[in-house]
Amino acid sequence: MKIHIKNGRLIDPKNGVDAKRDVFVAAGKIVAIGEAPAGFSANRVIDATGRVVCPGLVDLAVRLREPGFEYLATLETEMKAAIAGGVTSLACPPDTDPPLDEPGLVEMLKFSAKNLNQAHVYPIGALTTALKGTNLTEMAELRDAGCVAFSQAEAPLADTQVLMHALQYAATFDFPVWLRAQDPALAKHGVAHDGEVSTRLGLPAIPVTAETVALSTILIIARETGARVHIARLSSAEGVAMVRDSRARGLPVTCDIGIHHAHLSEMDIGYFDPNCNLTPPLRSQRDRDALRAGLADGTIDALCSDHTPVDEDAKQLPFSEAEPGATGVELLLPLALKWATESSLGLSVAIDRITAKPAAILGIDAGHLAVGATADVCVFDPEAYWRVEPAALFSLGKNTPFSGFEMRGRVTHTLVSGNLVYEKK
Amino acid sequence: MLGNPLPDAELLLASLTDRMQPAVGPNTGLVGIHTGGVWLAERLHHALGLKLPLGTLDVSFYRDDFNKKGLRRNVKSSDIPFDIDGCDVIIVDDVLFTGRTIRAALNELFDYGRPARIRLAALVDRGGRELPISADFIGTDVTVAAGESIELTRDTQGRLALKLTRD
Amino acid sequence: MWLDPANPQLNKNGELHHLLSLEGLPADILRQILDTAESFVGVTQREVKKVPLLRGKAVFNLFFEASTRTRTTFEIAAKRLSADVINLAINVSSQSKGETVLDTVANLSAMQADMFIVRHAASGAPYLIAKHVAPDIHVVNAGDGRHAHPTQGLLDMYTIRHYKGDFTKLRVAIVGDILHSRVARSQIHALTTLGCPEIRVIGPKTLLPAHVERLGVQVHADMQQGLKDVDVVMMLRLQNERMKGALLPSAQEFFKYYGLTEDKLALAKPDAIVLHPGPMNRGVEIDSSVADGKQSVILPQVTFGIAIRMAVMSILAGN
Repeated sequence: MKIHIKNGRLIDPKNGVDAKRDVFVAAGKIVAIGEAPAGFSANRVIDATGRVVCPGLVDLAVRLREPGFEYLATLETEMKAAIAGGVTSLACPPDTDPPLDEPGLVEMLKFSAKNLNQAHVYPIGALTTALKGTNLTEMAELRDAGCVAFSQAEAPLADTQVLMHALQYAATFDFPVWLRAQDPALAKHGVAHDGEVSTRLGLPAIPVTAETVALSTILIIARETGARVHIARLSSAEGVAMVRDSRARGLPVTCDIGIHHAHLSEMDIGYFDPNCNLTPPLRSQRDRDALRAGLADGTIDALCSDHTPVDEDAKQLPFSEAEPGATGVELLLPLALKWATESSLGLSVAIDRITAKPAAILGIDAGHLAVGATADVCVFDPEAYWRVEPAALFSLGKNTPFSGFEMRGRVTHTLVSGNLVYEKK
Repeated sequence: MLGNPLPDAELLLASLTDRMQPAVGPNTGLVGIHTGGVWLAERLHHALGLKLPLGTLDVSFYRDDFNKKGLRRNVKSSDIPFDIDGCDVIIVDDVLFTGRTIRAALNELFDYGRPARIRLAALVDRGGRELPISADFIGTDVTVAAGESIELTRDTQGRLALKLTRD
Repeated sequence: MWLDPANPQLNKNGELHHLLSLEGLPADILRQILDTAESFVGVTQREVKKVPLLRGKAVFNLFFEASTRTRTTFEIAAKRLSADVINLAINVSSQSKGETVLDTVANLSAMQADMFIVRHAASGAPYLIAKHVAPDIHVVNAGDGRHAHPTQGLLDMYTIRHYKGDFTKLRVAIVGDILHSRVARSQIHALTTLGCPEIRVIGPKTLLPAHVERLGVQVHADMQQGLKDVDVVMMLRLQNERMKGALLPSAQEFFKYYGLTEDKLALAKPDAIVLHPGPMNRGVEIDSSVADGKQSVILPQVTFGIAIRMAVMSILAGN
């Protein structure tokens, strides 16, 4: 299918492009930018006047809930949600049921996803069997089956010796390891940031030290083993400072934050709103501001949605009993844009944090639109205002703290491998 | 409709005292209903030289309009410092109107004990009864126009006066 | 039902529709409850302790966390208002999920409930319930997790007002496990609203919540310092689990440094009063001689507690 995207503002941060350029797609690839190739006759012309044309978004954490959690959401609904959000490549955490610790499970997931012909799915394999933190998984086999990195998702890995060995083993093959910095003992039973709000509301708390103590361990072991470590979902100012220091001292660690933590704080819990029960918890405004600054100065490499559909029954419970997590893949773009606007940064910076940078972390050839690249494209209207109505979200997860909020920036077209897979009606 | 000027409360009180004097005795328990009835009862209690101490009732917990109007803001305490059982009770209120306040007072008194009898004294009777209740001692009858109320006031020197107010 | 989103306890007339927390309640509503309770104290001293205010109304005691004491006082209070009382002890074990909180409440609402008295181990549960009940049902929080115990806070305020009068001239000390205490939080909110100028919390660091001073209190780790010249001493119960959770080494050491003995009480004003929400752990947070001594107002607290609960239920039912 030959597609001509005309009149759009092409923003491709990796290649330093921000200009009015037409884009030409054929045989699943970008065949030309600016001028049509000789003899190019489009089957479909997309009028991108007033729109931005950028690489398809790369989301580092989208829970598809398959296998095992089909009652919460299905591959179909969540993949649809992803492309509606302009996401063309996504990484899915290993905390499925059963966890992605067997090559067969990974192959099945990739196969099912491929059949839908929507976004490219990159499974993250389990670092330890059943995510229990005791035995290593067959990382090489899992990589052959399609895993691009290994993690524990939210499961704790308390045994530092196992952590050391896991990183050493991964380093042997140069496999990236993604880790959440949370000390399970210090975070035990906690559901909210240890601060003023948890004190007033009487919620069991998770102090910042739960993150910094674990982060310190991870950074030291990463340095010792030489493993490629990515810190998933930072939450505190102190944590950002530690990553900044480590990088300054030459440790090539990368990190990301979730969209909710770029905008919300403990104050948003209000009267025990379970939609603000997230992991890591929403921390103080100072922490949030430090995360935003870290994203701006590049200490924090990428922004992801940490998409976690949770059903009504598990959310409409007293705060500490509710299951943590929020649905968010459809909000990745507008929330990234909102961060950039509020930080007086241009669109290009916002797009960089959700395309080029996450692609680099995943180690995939995506997140850019040079000639010859796979035609994974997102076209969006940067001025379109829309209200977040949970019922209208494609995701089966309606659990969002942004319900009723007005967003700015809406995807109009999504192309994956040169196919128009989503078009806003 | 221009009503007659309101009667003088102090004169009414004197007349009421005269009529009640022969009717009271050592076993008479006077009980005033907050707030106007209590002012009146205090004066009567002193003027009649009664032996049993004065009782007061706040009938807020017994009213029949609770579901519509809720609990009044400044509920006062009820206090019956004598034994109701076998007592010759006289309830005192300032204005007798529908009779509902008296009904509430009767119910409340019976939660304190079983009186020998209960009589009613009121400064004015404005008619408009909605229950079969009548006073034994009345200062005078008055007519009050629709949309108006009559209430007892007390000045800083303790002098009582009747006042008309718009509802 | 339009509930003020800034304060979900109040209806559009600014009147109390639910009692969920003392935080954010206007002072005049607190005073209305205390004043109304005073009238009910009179009722509890009569032969016939009932008034017909809530006749025909159904009050459901929804206790997701067991408590015979609190449930009984609410039951007595409701019956003294002539209400019909139904007690539900809901066993919530983490293994058996069974019916959700909201399903339970929906089923009971269908049974013509007028009022739910809710006690739950999770902070915020009564808010969730209040958000989902029919407009004419009132919810009273009988204690939620560590968050609030408004009727206890109110009866403590009533007790203080009864013996000491003007809040604006008092120094009050709250001693013990502040971190886990819903009672302490409710007391602090009520005291600040009623104008108490000096509130001190006294306890070891492991039992003090983060940023507690932002609630408007002075923090003392030294009980001798903390009790100097106070007018009111409010002791909190210490639960055994605190020793198991590595927060404290032993009850003995706690008693030595944070238990209220006669010597320590002597540091307060000579006419200082001692409160305790009960049940007491004698020899752990309080010495028997103090608990039974002349400065203790612990027993009157119980009587006042019934009157306060009668006041709360009447005011809610009438709004």
